Amino acid sequence: MIRLARLSAIGLIGTVFAVVGAETGHLPADQLAKAIKSESISIPTPGELFAALKPGKPNWAGQYRGPMPMTYRNRAQIALNLGGLIADGFIAVEAKDSQQVKNIGSDIIKLAKALGVSENLLSRGNSINEFAENDEWDTLQEELEATQNEVKSSMQSHSDQDLVILVSLGGWIRGTQVVSGAIMQNYDERSAKVLRQPALISFIQSKIGEISPELRGEPLVKDVSEQLTGIKKLVSFPAGKAPSVDDVRKVNQAVGKVMEEIQNKAIAK
Amino acid sequence: MRRRLSTFLSIFVLAASVPARGDTDTEVNARKAALDVAGAFTNDGFKMRDGHWCGTIKPHEPALIAVNLYAGNQYWFSVGATEQAKKIAVSVYDESGKQVTTEPYDAGEKAAAGFSPTNSGQYFVAVDLVEGQEGSFCLVYSYK
Repeated sequence: MIRLARLSAIGLIGTVFAVVGAETGHLPADQLAKAIKSESISIPTPGELFAALKPGKPNWAGQYRGPMPMTYRNRAQIALNLGGLIADGFIAVEAKDSQQVKNIGSDIIKLAKALGVSENLLSRGNSINEFAENDEWDTLQEELEATQNEVKSSMQSHSDQDLVILVSLGGWIRGTQVVSGAIMQNYDERSAKVLRQPALISFIQSKIGEISPELRGEPLVKDVSEQLTGIKKLVSFPAGKAPSVDDVRKVNQAVGKVMEEIQNKAIAK
Repeated sequence: MRRRLSTFLSIFVLAASVPARGDTDTEVNARKAALDVAGAFTNDGFKMRDGHWCGTIKPHEPALIAVNLYAGNQYWFSVGATEQAKKIAVSVYDESGKQVTTEPYDAGEKAAAGFSPTNSGQYFVAVDLVEGQEGSFCLVYSYK
């Protein structure tokens, strides 16, 4: 029965995407404002962003960056870089580079352990290695997201809830840096439209607003948070309008500046 | 064969991952039902998000969940509910509240909606209890 249902569902896929955009109903603004927003489903993964770049896949290996230090001592900086590193894992999966996936997987575990998160992550690291060796790229994407979710879940159980949004933020910034860079290299309007995400930044800002005043007041978190306001303006294109090459360059410069600060800002603890 | 194994592993990995915010038993069952629907789309190259949302659905009170989507991707939003919910429906609205046309898949307490946005940004997935009594539901989504 389930198989039958699956078959009929699959059969629909061929026709599903031919019909989009027609209006058949409307929800009032007050109802939209009450919609559930959750980090687990309202924030897209870097893999989801990368998948949207069609046609013409970028040179993913050209988007690699050099190894980052594993010696961070500030927990907010570790969390932000952990998110960026997970985005790097998605890049390596897109590049189908098993050695790079394994290297990044190892670094993810190191950074996560520096935060004292769950020992279960070690088995995630082993799974990442195994899937990389077997070229299980789709499964690797899901394993990376599951790893990220496990890190966040462990943070929650260790009363580090405030760090969770920083992991998501680090991933979004690194993902946007890579995608805007790739679009600049090979501009087309369709791909450029992926950069429009003002509501996503608003949601991230609202979550940052909920973290403890101490953490929010830390210099790195404060700087990154302040720069988000400017980045939000840069990605608030009207619906239906693709950003120009110059618009994309501005986004790339802005997120690149933040990423540089996340990776290299010297913080005492 | 390799593809099937990969699909099986994917579902296993997702089903075994840590439940969000301490899901109840009924929510775990609803999630299994949602993953069962989403598994069909995985066979067609859709990648399943590990993230999910589980909650309670009541008659005449659709649950509305905000998602941020990318133009260029295709999406399937899959929902499973517990048995008290005899029939559910999934619909999608854009950031202004306009309903967009989606391809429906309905199978009683399981349902899905396929959608390919032409604009990136925020969308809202509405889950309606069409027939039956209050129960748990879970939403997962897939993309390619």
